[in-house]
Formats: sequence, structure tokens, C-alpha cells
Amino acid sequence: MAEQEAAAAAGSGSDSEEGEDGERRHRQLLEAISALSGRKRRKLAERSEASGQVSEFNVSCKGAGEKLLLSELLQPIHPKSTLGSVRKELARVKQKAAVELPLSKEEAKRVVREAAYVTSSKEVGKWQQVVLQNRRAEQLVFPLRQDIATVTPLERVTSAWKARTPLEQEIFGLLHKTQQPITDPLLTPEEMASVQAMSLEEARRRRAELQKARAVQSYYEAKARRAKRIKSKKYHRVLKKSRRRQALKEFEQLHKSDPAAALERLEELEQLRMQERMSLKHQNKGKWARSRAIMAKYDLEARKALQEQLARNKELMQKVQVEPPEEEPCEVPEEDTTALPMPSGANPWMLGKPSGLAPEPEAQEGPRDDTVPGAVESKDEMEEEEEELSEEEALLQDFEQKRQQRTGNPKGHSKDHGADETETGAEQPRDSPVPPDCAEELRDSPVPPVCAEELGDSPVPPDCAEELRDSPVPPVCAEELVSAGLEPPPQAQEELLLSEQLRHVKTMEDMESLAKEELVEEQEKLVALRPGKRARQQEKASMSVSRTGDRHTKKAAAKRKMISLEAVLDGKPQEMDCSSLPVVLEEEEGGIEQRGMITEAFAGDDVVADFRREKRKAEEALKPQPVNLVLPGWGEWGGTGLKPSAKKVKRFLIKAPPAPPRKDQHLPHVIMSEKRNIHAAAHQVSELPFPFERHQQFEQSMRTPLGPTWNTQRAFQKLTAPRVITRAGHIIQPISAEDVPDTAPGSGARLEGEAMPGRKAVPRGKAGPGGKAVPRGKAVPRGKAVPGGKAVPGGKAVPGGKAVPGGKAVPRGKAVPRGKAVPGGKAVPSGRTVPGQKAQPRHRRAR
Amino acid sequence: MRVKVLSRNPDDYVRETKLDLQRVPRNYDPVLHPFEVAREYVRALNATKLERVFAKPFLSSLDGHRDGVNCMAKHPKSLSTVLSGACDGEVKIWNLTKRQCIRTIQAHEGFVRGMCARFCGTSFFTVGDDKTVKQWKMESPEYGEEEEPIHTILGKTVYTGIDHHWKEPVFATCGHQVDIWDEQRTSPKCSLTWGFDSISCVKFNPIETYLLGSCASDRNIVLYDMRKSTPLKKVILNMRTNTLCWNPMEAFIFTAANEDYNLYTFDMRFLESPVMVHMDHVSAVLDVDYSPTGKEFVSASFDKSIRIFPVDKGHSREVYHTKRMQHVITVKWTSDNKYILCGSDEMNIRLWKANASEKLGVLAPREKAAMNYNQKLKEKFQFHPQIRRIARHRHLPKSIYCQIKEQRIMREARRRKEMNRRKHSKPGSVPFVPERKKHIVAVVK
Repeated sequence: MAEQEAAAAAGSGSDSEEGEDGERRHRQLLEAISALSGRKRRKLAERSEASGQVSEFNVSCKGAGEKLLLSELLQPIHPKSTLGSVRKELARVKQKAAVELPLSKEEAKRVVREAAYVTSSKEVGKWQQVVLQNRRAEQLVFPLRQDIATVTPLERVTSAWKARTPLEQEIFGLLHKTQQPITDPLLTPEEMASVQAMSLEEARRRRAELQKARAVQSYYEAKARRAKRIKSKKYHRVLKKSRRRQALKEFEQLHKSDPAAALERLEELEQLRMQERMSLKHQNKGKWARSRAIMAKYDLEARKALQEQLARNKELMQKVQVEPPEEEPCEVPEEDTTALPMPSGANPWMLGKPSGLAPEPEAQEGPRDDTVPGAVESKDEMEEEEEELSEEEALLQDFEQKRQQRTGNPKGHSKDHGADETETGAEQPRDSPVPPDCAEELRDSPVPPVCAEELGDSPVPPDCAEELRDSPVPPVCAEELVSAGLEPPPQAQEELLLSEQLRHVKTMEDMESLAKEELVEEQEKLVALRPGKRARQQEKASMSVSRTGDRHTKKAAAKRKMISLEAVLDGKPQEMDCSSLPVVLEEEEGGIEQRGMITEAFAGDDVVADFRREKRKAEEALKPQPVNLVLPGWGEWGGTGLKPSAKKVKRFLIKAPPAPPRKDQHLPHVIMSEKRNIHAAAHQVSELPFPFERHQQFEQSMRTPLGPTWNTQRAFQKLTAPRVITRAGHIIQPISAEDVPDTAPGSGARLEGEAMPGRKAVPRGKAGPGGKAVPRGKAVPRGKAVPGGKAVPGGKAVPGGKAVPGGKAVPRGKAVPRGKAVPGGKAVPSGRTVPGQKAQPRHRRAR
Repeated sequence: MRVKVLSRNPDDYVRETKLDLQRVPRNYDPVLHPFEVAREYVRALNATKLERVFAKPFLSSLDGHRDGVNCMAKHPKSLSTVLSGACDGEVKIWNLTKRQCIRTIQAHEGFVRGMCARFCGTSFFTVGDDKTVKQWKMESPEYGEEEEPIHTILGKTVYTGIDHHWKEPVFATCGHQVDIWDEQRTSPKCSLTWGFDSISCVKFNPIETYLLGSCASDRNIVLYDMRKSTPLKKVILNMRTNTLCWNPMEAFIFTAANEDYNLYTFDMRFLESPVMVHMDHVSAVLDVDYSPTGKEFVSASFDKSIRIFPVDKGHSREVYHTKRMQHVITVKWTSDNKYILCGSDEMNIRLWKANASEKLGVLAPREKAAMNYNQKLKEKFQFHPQIRRIARHRHLPKSIYCQIKEQRIMREARRRKEMNRRKHSKPGSVPFVPERKKHIVAVVK
């Protein structure tokens, strides 16, 4: 059966395989047969093929060429045998790879070289950043390592130094005793503490305050010195009076706050009054009074003085009614109301006052009796004080008052002001050389002290200074309110101040300017009001006060006008700039495009006419313009609205010589550009130079002037800073790691932005290669000849790609005269395309 | 209240001394200063013309050698001292301020092949045809003392060049091989060889001081690393390189002066092609030296001229020549970047200004400002044809001029021929080879 199978197998094998395979099968068959027999038969080796290694013991040399594997050797060793350890070791050996053959000498060297090259080039590559930076640097200063003369700090020097001689020791002992600092921050501990306590802001504020205070002090000192030097008895008298008045005022205040204390003060005052009265100073018995009495017949002044004296006397001698304390507070508002010029004249004091201003002594006496003595005194005082008061004083007082306001004393202030106003009202006409009637008129008018504010912002003449002093807030506001018929409350001034501040202003400058504006406005209003009133008053305008006032108002008005004009000038163009310019450009571009589209759409519609028009336009554009050399105002009157005479125009308007005949004169279908000036072309750059990428860049770089004629000194220096600076007589060493301070070449990579020594960071905003920043912030191209900007010739395409857009608006066409061979006189006309290029296709289409 | 008053501060308009300029308030309104471009153009033109007018670069000639000057060395610490070695073995030390020779040594028999000063400036080394390396003191011997070298090293072969390390007491010689010596020893620390031809020049890198460059007669440039004492890489050019010089500000840049009239600036990291090929000479370039700012270099040529090249430009900005100057063998740029020294065959050393039209001496501030302004104007308008024409104009001796013309014709012919060949052959079979690649034969690792 097996044989059959084998045969079958052999048969099937012979079917498919060749001889060699057959042999193998044959052997298998034999084995199978021997297996069948059940007994192991020793296989006889036989030589089947020729072999170099022939064994005499019939040993087959079959595997002679094969490699002997260690595993095969180890196979027979049983795991339990004593050779187990050997086997393990051998297994370990098996895992190690064999050592490769050493490279040839050449190759080994090459490998070493390559490795060395890689490492060293990497090391050298660390300089890359530095090198690039140095190449790009705007300015390099050599030698790179500048020897900076180091100044050792003072403290180090002093700490190193020891006092040796007895004198030195003594001095040092003193210094140490007083804790005088020797080291650098030369401050005592207290100073140090104060410095630490104060912030910079605070310190500044404080400094400013101190400065102000010092200034004020100096003003006061000056004033006091001046006052001290004054010999006039009158002045001193007045001074005394004013002091008294001041005391009175204080008393009033005191009365409000502390009636008991006020009562005491009153006692004192009474005592004083009594003393004065007892002194008999004011009777007409003194030496001076008698002399005056003699003079009074002839001298108006003397008479006046005498009258005053007598009035004073009377006042002093007058019996004092002890007023009930409630009456006092009532008086304050009364005074305030007096400030209101009420034509109804409900207040007898108010009514009486103007009449009291009249030179008649008896009339004067009347109202005085009613009023508080202080008021009269003040009036007296003012008339003299006016002479003395100067701008400075006004300033000072102003300052004082402001301070007072700030500290918050609204009541007292307002009262003061009220009182002052009455005073101003009272004494103004007096010392002015105005006849009393006109003064009266002034008084009667509802806006009495106009002049005062009108003078406000002009250098103050002395007579007006007082008013200024008295009204720290522009009185206009108060006046306006008054004129509007409003009753100013006691705090009216403050409110107005506040209302001013309520305006939407952000900076101090804004505020100031606004304030000024408002002032001016107000004045204008007043000015508008005034003429009518004056007309009503049928008074001459020759009054000096009113005249000055008028002048000032005029000035103010003029100023105002100017400002408004400026504002208009400022404002409008901006609007124009914003809105119209781009629109126009867009329109133009759009128009051209549209036109192109339309002409395409309606081809053959009216192209010929278009072309003709264009040609005519081109001709017109190139026609020489007459040169106008007329100088208005030269040899005749000039100014706004005046035109130079026709004769002059005729004489100085130089007609340009007729242009040479056009080349396309006889070519009706062609426009030949006359723009290209061959004489200028020789001076122009014909192609875009290397570092520039676009012709605009290049033109920009040309347009930026470098010279001191166009740049400030600073900008000039920056623009002309040399790229490399070397110093004569200095050896420039090769760059080294020390020259690159941040990173030694041994460590890490250099950073891009690292600073190099000897390099100045010159900020020169370079727009691009060559596109330099315009130093004067003038980005607007000025339509000016650009040498280098190549004039676009008839049909020549400039490599820079000079596609002049249709609407290239040149803002200020400063055409270079054609005759002049200005280098690179670039004359790209605004709003025009290059004619020569366009003409052709159109013309063809027309045909 | 603020009162506004006119106030004039005398500081604003009064000058401190009568030598000061009057302060003039200026109005920079551009309307008042029209035609700025045209005006500046004229100024630039004038500046350019003046530059040419004042371009007188030749300062003096130092004569005294009795044979051609073969090598020179700068004093590392003194600007006024320069050393020169002649073909008759004589070494001279010159004082440049006095323009005098201050010392003469008969150093070698035969040529003085190379010389270099020690970095501290106390001594200098010379190598000569007599196979010796000699170290000399910089200062002259005392009265009665013999003029003798400090050390003499006798070698087996002729040394053709020497260079001193920039920081350490180590120097390198070249000849049959590159030897690196310790000053204290009479045998080299190590010898570096690669190939068998004689080496004509060896130079230390001034920045990464362990690097060396050398050029050999078998047309190659070899770089070495001293630390690993192994060569790094080798570039083979079309023709032999005579000298090379490292850029003192850019560690990896060096320039090689080649026999094929060109100079090649290499980046040592990318030796496959030079960074820039500088061509203007019409004969072999014999020597090259960098300006200490590393922005320019000067080359001396067999065509009896020296040229100044900007590092990043392919052509020279300046050419110096005189009638009497023969083949220029050696050239140096002084360490203050102001002067150039060249030694030539006809036994003279010439002193030139590095900037031909520069005014020497102290400049007043106004002068300086004007100079800077003019410089900038020239830069700004350099592309305008009229200005460029003037600025570029140089006088050349007839021989050089003719040779240049000839060269141009030859180049044109070559170009035309290549073009024709390209035109008449299969597209792509005649490739465009950039100028930079043309001259490199191979790079050997």
C-alpha cells in the first residue's frame, strides 16, 4: 500500500518536477521503505559527485563548505549536564557582534576631518548674528571696544581714604559728630527721610507752591518797601484808615461767628473812637487845618481836604447809637444789594451815594451819616490807594483771593466783593478826571464798571488795577447777570466759576483758551449793549475812561474776529481734506474706468470726438504759460482787496515765447508726447538701481532732502551720519568675544536684538531699501522735479513699472520750466495718462 | 492772572564767544526753500567733482631696500611702525611718521619669504630661503651689541610663509607642510599635511584663533583646526591661490588672491562656491589684506596696481598705480583704517591713503559736517549718470587699460561662444554655470 502511495507520489512527482527533485523523492521513498521494515539501517555513504575533500573513511564531505554554527555545537549538550555553565557563557558570547575591520588610513583621516569641520564650522557659525548685525548696522564706530574712562564713585574714594593728620582727623570728627554725610548721596539722615517720604509728584507740587509763595512774598516785600518810602502823610493817613476798615470788617465777621467776642471788640473799637475823638485831631484847630483854611479860598484841593477833615470830625463827634446786635447781619445783605444798580432806588444809601459824589460838601455829608463809618473810610482810602496800586499789587491780591477761595471762605469773600463793588462804584468817578455828571451817568447806567473788565486782559493801567484786584473772577459774569436782571446770590461768583469749569475741557490749555474766548464773547455782548445806552445818555464819548474802555473793547473785538477767522481757516480745510479729496480721486479713477467701459460698450460711438478733445487738451497743457512778475504793493498801495493796476500787470506779465510747432501738428490721428526732454534725459536715471524694488521707493529716496537748508540741525546730523566712524590714531583690533558683551561666543546662540558695543542705535525709520523716512513728516509727494524719477517717454516702458495711474494728483504743481535742464525734471502730468501709448489703440478703434 | 509779555532770552541769540557762529533762527517751511532735489543734485555733483579733484592718494614712498620688497608686517601696537623684508634677505623697520628706515637687519640669505610680528609687539619672526625661522627683538640693539636674533630654528625644508597666533605664543610656518610651533621649542608642536605640494601661505583666523587657512601650489585652499591638529576641508580652484586673508570682523569669511586675476571671498562654512568673485585685475593677484573694519580689502597684483574692493562688491572701488611702481608683491592696510602700504618689485614701499580724497589732519566740526553731507549726497545721487560718470572716472596706465579692454573682449567672446553652443545643442545639455561656480574645481572633505 505504501509502495503504491509512493509510486503514486513518484508518478505525480515525475509529472511536474525535474530530475533533481526526482532524486530527492527517490531518497524519501527509500527512507519510507526502510521505515516500513521497522529496523534502522545504517546508511551507506556513497560518493555521488566529485569533491575536493575526499574522506578515506567514507565520511561525507557534504557540509564542508557550510559554516559551523555555535548553536549546532551546543545542541547535544543536555541542560542538566556539567557543561551547562559553558553553554551559558557561550550563549552570551553569541550575542556580541563581531568587531568590524578598521578603516583604511585615508578614510579614517577623512572621517576625522569631516567631524572636525562640522564642529568648527558650527563654532564659527555662532558669529553669524553678530556679523549680520554689523553688516546691517546704520553706524559702526571703530574701535569696537571703546576705552571708557571709568570714574570711581566718590564714596569708594572716600571710604578708601583715611584721615591721618590731626587736622584731617579733627575735621572728620566734626563731620561725623554732625552726621554730615560724606558719601555720594550728600544728604543728612533727615533729608533722606524727607526725600523718602515725599514722592516726586508731591515734591513737584510742593516746589511749585513754594515758588509761588516766594514770589508772593517778594511782591509783598517790594510793596512794603515802596510803601515805607512814601513820605506822603496823606498816604499814611489813608493807610491807617484802611487798617481801621479792615479791623471793622474783621469785626463784622467776628460778630457773625462769635457775638461775645465781637462785643468785646466793639468795646475796643469804641475806645479807639473815643481816643481819636479826644485827640481833637480832626477839628479845624490844628496847624495844618488852619493853613488849609487860609488856602481854601483859592485852592480847590485845600478846600476839599478841609471838608474831609471836617466831615471826619463830624463823624467822630457824632453820637453813637448802640445798635441792637440783630441789625448787623441785616446790614450785610443790604450791602450786597447795594452792589445791584437798582434804578428804583429803594435803598436810600444807594440813592444818596451818587449825589454824595458831587463836590458839594453838604451833599456829601448826608449819606455818610447813615452808613457805617468804615464804608466812608474805605472810600477815602481807595481814592488814594488807586495811585499807589500797581499791576503787581493787583496780581498779588488776586492771588491772595484765589487762595482764599481755594481754602473755602465763600461767605467772607462774597461779602468782601460786595463791599468792594460798592466801593468801586463810589470812588471811581472821584479820582477820574471826569466831571461829576458824567460819572453819575456811569453810575446810573445798569452796567457800571464795564471798563473795569474791559481792561481786564490788557496791561492794567493803575486806575483800573483796583477793580481788578477787587474782582478776582471776571466781573463780566456778575455784570452780565446783573444786566440780565438776575439777582446774584451771595455765592454768585463761585457758581459762575463753577459753571465755567463745567465746560467740557480736558487740558489746562483748553481751559485757558476757552476762558479767554468766553471773556471775549462776553465783552462783545457788552459792546453790543453799550452803544445804545450811550446814545440814550446823550453824553460825549470823550470821557477818558469810557474811551479807554471802548478802545479795549475794540481791541478785544478785533482779537475775537481774528480768532474766529483763524478758526474758520483751521476748520474748513480739514473738513475738505477729509471728505472731498479722496472722493475726487475716486471719481476720477472711477470715471476713467467707467469711460473705458462705456466706450467699449458703445464702441464707435463718439471716439473720434473724444480723441480730438483729448488732443486739444494735450495741446493746451503744453502751451507755454505767461510768467506773472507783478509784485502787488510795489510802487503803489497794496493790501487785501486791492489789485495791482492794469498798467503794471501789462508791464510785468511776460508772455512766453510761442512753443515750437508740435510734432503731431499735421497728424490729426496721433498725439505725440512732447514731454520727453532729451536734454534732461541725459541726467536722469534710466533704470531702477539695485537695492530698490519699486520706482516709488527710489523716487521717495530722491525726494527726501538731506541738507541743512531743509532739515533742522539735529535731523541733518542724523541724516548725514557716516556709516563707519574710525578714530585717527586708534588701532582697530579684530572683533573678539569681549566686544560682544552679552554672550560669549562659547555659550549659546546670540540673540538678534543684542546690542553691539560701538554701535549707535540711530533711529532712522527706514521704510525699505532706500526708502528713507521723511524727516519732516511730509509724506505728501510734492509735485516737483525728481531727478531720477524718469520722465515717461512716449512709448518707452520703464523697467520700474511706471504705470502712472490715471488720477495721480500732484498737489502742488511746481512745474520746472521746460527750458531748464533740471536733472531729472520729472514731469508726470497730474490726472493724465501717457498720451503716446493711449493714442494708438484708440485711433485704431476709431478707424 | 497771567500777563503776557515779550521776552527775549539772550541765550537764544547771543553767542558765547566771537568765534561761535551767529545763531540764526531758521524757517524750515518748504515753500521758502524750493527746488530741493535740484539743488541737492547740484551739490552732489559738485561734491563728486571735488572728490575727484582732491583724490591724491599717494603720500610717500619709502625707499632703501636693495632688492624687491617681498613681505611686510604691521606692528600690532604701534601705528607708525612697519616692517618689511626684501628679496636679498634684508629686513627693514620703518617709521611711518618720519618716513624713515629706523633699523636694517640682514636677516637671511636669499629671500625673506615671510615675516610676522608677535601679538604683543615685542618681537618679530622671519623665515627665509635659508631654511631658518628667526625671532628678532623689535627694538634695536644697544650700542655695541650685535644685531642677532633671539632664536633661530633650523628647519629641514624651506619655509615660505609664517604667521603668528593672535593671542598665544604659537606661530605657524608653511612650506612643505604646515607646522605649528611653540615659541619655546625648536621642533614643531604639530605638523599638518594634506597632499604633497608646497604651501605658499598660512594665516591664523584673527577671531576664532585656532583656525588656520593655507593655500598650496596644487591650486587648493586648505583649512586647519589647530586644536584637533587636523585639516578640515580643501577647495580646489582653477588656478593657484597666492595668498589669503581672513576678515577681522567676520570670523568665517576669508578672501583668496588667485592667479586667475580674481579674488574669491569664501564663507568657510560653505566652500562649494565663493560668496563673491572680485574681478578687476588684469594679472595675477599676489597679495590681499583686509581693512581693520572688515568692510573692504586691498589687493596687490602683478599688473603693477593695487585695488580696493568692498567686501560685498564684485568690482573695485579704487585703483592705485604710479608710473614707477612695478609688480606689487605685498600690500598691507594699516590698523587705523587710514593708509595702505604696498611693497613692490622696484624696491620701494609706498604709502597711500585708503580713501583717496580724504583730508588728512584735524577737521573743524563744520568741515566734518560738510564732509559727511557731501558723502551722503554722493551716495544718494550715485545712480545718476552724470554723477556716476564723474565718480567712476579713473586714470589708468595704458598697459592696464589695454589689458582690461582685451579681457573684456575675451570675456565677451567666451560668452558669445557659450551662447552659440547652447543655442545649437540640445536644450539643457549646456547648462548655465554661475560665475561663482565656474572657478571651483572640487571640494575635498
